[in-house]
Amino acid sequence: MKYVLRKLGFYAIALWAALTLNFFLPRIMPGNPVDQLISKLAQKGQVTPATRHAIELMLGSDSSVPMWRQYLNYFGNIFRGDLGVSVTYFPNSVTSVIGSTLPWTVGLVGISTILAFLIGTLLGTLAGWKRGSWIDNLIPVTTLLQSIPYFWLALILLYFFGLKNPIFPLFGGYDVWSVEPGWNWAFIGSVIKYGTLPAITIVLSSVGGWMLGMRNMMVATLSEDYILTAEAKGLSRGKIMVSYAARNAILPSISGFAISLGFVVAGSIVAESVFSYPGIGFALLTAVQNNDYALMQGIFMIITVSVLGANLFMDLIYGFIDPRTRAQG
Amino acid sequence: MTTATRTAHAQRKPRKSRADSMLPPMTPKLAVGLTIVVIIAAFAIFVPFFVEDPNKVSDVGMTAPSAQHWLGTTQTGQDVFAQLAYACRGSLFIGLTVGVLAVALSSFFGILGAYVGGATDEAFSLLSNVMLVIPGLPLMIVIASYMPNKSSVLVAGVLALTSWAGPSRVLRGFTMSVRSRDYVLAARVAGEKPWRILFVEIFPNLIPLLASQAMSAIIAAILGEAGLSYLGLGATDSYTWGTMLYYAQNGMALILGAWWWFIPPGLCIALFGAALALINFSVDEIVNPKLKAATRSQIKKWKLEEKAGKAKSDAEYTPSPVPVPVAAKEAVA
Amino acid sequence: MTTATNSNAASSAASVNIPTNVLPPVYETDPVLEVDDFCVEYRAEKTVQAVKHVNLKLGRGEVLGLAGESGCGKSTLAYGINRLLKPPAVITSGRVSFNSREGYPIDVRALEGDDLRMFRWEKISMVFQGAMNSLNPVKKIKDQLGDVFTTHRPDMSRKERLDKCGELLERVGVDRNRLNAYPHELSGGMRQRVMIAMAMALDPQVMIMDEPTTALDVVVQREILREITRLKDEFGFAVIFITHDLPLLLEISDRIAVMRKGEIIEMNDAMSLYTNPQQEYTAKLLSSFPSLTGDRGDFIRTGSEDLAEGTSPFATKE
Repeated sequence: MKYVLRKLGFYAIALWAALTLNFFLPRIMPGNPVDQLISKLAQKGQVTPATRHAIELMLGSDSSVPMWRQYLNYFGNIFRGDLGVSVTYFPNSVTSVIGSTLPWTVGLVGISTILAFLIGTLLGTLAGWKRGSWIDNLIPVTTLLQSIPYFWLALILLYFFGLKNPIFPLFGGYDVWSVEPGWNWAFIGSVIKYGTLPAITIVLSSVGGWMLGMRNMMVATLSEDYILTAEAKGLSRGKIMVSYAARNAILPSISGFAISLGFVVAGSIVAESVFSYPGIGFALLTAVQNNDYALMQGIFMIITVSVLGANLFMDLIYGFIDPRTRAQG
Repeated sequence: MTTATRTAHAQRKPRKSRADSMLPPMTPKLAVGLTIVVIIAAFAIFVPFFVEDPNKVSDVGMTAPSAQHWLGTTQTGQDVFAQLAYACRGSLFIGLTVGVLAVALSSFFGILGAYVGGATDEAFSLLSNVMLVIPGLPLMIVIASYMPNKSSVLVAGVLALTSWAGPSRVLRGFTMSVRSRDYVLAARVAGEKPWRILFVEIFPNLIPLLASQAMSAIIAAILGEAGLSYLGLGATDSYTWGTMLYYAQNGMALILGAWWWFIPPGLCIALFGAALALINFSVDEIVNPKLKAATRSQIKKWKLEEKAGKAKSDAEYTPSPVPVPVAAKEAVA
Repeated sequence: MTTATNSNAASSAASVNIPTNVLPPVYETDPVLEVDDFCVEYRAEKTVQAVKHVNLKLGRGEVLGLAGESGCGKSTLAYGINRLLKPPAVITSGRVSFNSREGYPIDVRALEGDDLRMFRWEKISMVFQGAMNSLNPVKKIKDQLGDVFTTHRPDMSRKERLDKCGELLERVGVDRNRLNAYPHELSGGMRQRVMIAMAMALDPQVMIMDEPTTALDVVVQREILREITRLKDEFGFAVIFITHDLPLLLEISDRIAVMRKGEIIEMNDAMSLYTNPQQEYTAKLLSSFPSLTGDRGDFIRTGSEDLAEGTSPFATKE
């Protein structure tokens, strides 16, 4: 119990720190973000003094309200769920923009990360088990894949499989012209078709990391005494590999996996940019391009909350996976 | 578990051969990695002196590689080869800066904190944990968005700030295990000053780990900078591989088939990153010697040798004679 | 101690009244394990000869002590016999013959694949040094004991397995409810008992014990040794007991083999070895353990005149 409370306390602090950072960033950056935003807005139409005032409030240039009060208002708004109104997607509120884009990100990047983890860990187990086998030769290949900038790889694949040989669509989350969103096969099929190439690129570029980590852990685990005991007991090789070696070697990977799930939302940004995929990362970029600070802050907060949440979840269930930590509780 | 093996390994080595053991043995992997790094670094340092101005526009438009322009030209007629040379410089500069900064930060918070212990350690640890969970790329994007003009140094600084936390945790864990080793305790009892202990006893053990972390930081920095630039949020004052790709993408290089503009920068990143990764593997093999694998051919050779030896023994074997009551002992030479 | 030696021979002799020291020793009449010309090399940067031309015979139900300092090759020999050596260790020559009590000999080096797996633990089992790490930390005790049965006795039902595991634990003096515990929840002594219980699971004919009590305090050590002797008398398995602690072997072994630099330099029954060592090294090994009697400081001032000379009798490293 004490363990749980300590962890919750830590994450509360981290959340507070992130939100505070979010609050102070526009206020400490050089230059005048208000003017930048106003000039952008002015391109779209008239900017009333009231709008200007609202923006100043939001970004803190309004000196009529003292800083500490702005700070409190900021947190108050967050707890009320009022994240402001988006400039880019005007007049939609930030919350609704996030609500409509988040599922796409979670779906695409979430599934890709899970696939990369499963494939990478499996390959890593085999590579660590059979030292010097052909699988070991895969490691330099996957390492090379990891050194390639993701968007570069994605663009090249997009070029070959979207443009030259139009197997996959070039952008978007689904076929907006001919399919209605909803729980029907046409929509789901369309989503899958549009999501395949992005998913493949994400898996390709991240599988190397899982594989290498698992392989190194397997190698370390295989030199442990209980593996020797298992062999002396005459257990089958498969059983030793899975329930003695992999079961122990995978522990760090699992906590790494949970953390990377948290970063799913954060890591989606470049992927969605390349494929113009309608997720939260794409929305963040659009917000940046339009100086849509409300949306930006809102998305940053959501990303932080999901990362912290995933980490907290991982810390809490780790006790179930590794019996040794239960004792330290 | 890995820390324990490292501990055991380092403790068994006598002092004077520690320096030898820290240099990685030259393997093909290491040789390839080092060669690539040296070539790219040399390219970055020397070639910019010999090429024309990368900013010079001309009206030839996008052209394929030719004798005049070894890597062709961009859509504004700029020489791609020249740009690439300067881009190497820019990227390597950022990579190196981030590497140094990140290692400095993570060493400070990780090693010093673990060594001093107490409240300082708790505070540093809390700070690094918090920094670890705050997502880096979104933070960088947000910061970058507030500042339209970013120098390379600023970009490097932000990259370093978001990447020191993870390595510092690893360093902390390792320092704590080294701190409780016998020879460190002995030094303390003997009255050595804390600074001396830190630098002479503890630090040398950490060098392979720090080297590995530095290289990872450099790779991550170059990739991160590339990503930022691609999104239009990179450095605005110099060429880097990332900014080249940004311009290439904006100039629709790929769609228009201008592979000479799009491929080289990305290829450079990939090669450099892969080279550093190969060197990293070799360093890993010092830190964790078990990763050194006997090659398949070696293992096969030994197995054959065993079989041959057994066949020979079987041929020579004669069953032992019928037991005779013997009170004498069995002494065998 | 002499009465403990050759107990089988003694019991059969007692009924016929033949003096025991005239009977041929049991390792000649009924050897359960025969090792001939066994050689092991380590292919590191330099080739190291870890085991050189070792010949030994182990009698059924006998306790053979294998003594020597660190690095003399005793563990390598034991692992080699059971084919547990990994590259870069290479068995360059030798024969290992196991004479099963069912009556047929088994060439251990010729076993492959499933045959080797079936042979292991069924005929020869091992108790390793430092049970701290010899048990899988993420599996319960009952699963670790149990998977011996799932592998070697697949016909057993779940309930039968559980019962047998509980019975094994009780045999070594550990409470049955420990079956549901994880290794880290047990004390060092308990873990070692679990290892012994596990080694006995299939009623093996030989148990190889590699420093089973080195990591334990002397009180627990004594209890464990008592258990081993009691179980051996009850179930009749032979034991190869490997340790650097020679006085310990003097107490529990029938015969003792002294190893140095990969060779067995002396092998004799325990009493003869103690009273009449044939090799200088053996004598030095025996004398290097401080005695409970004698003047204070005796050992330091007189026990090792070689230290004063500047050479150590134990300098074996090349």
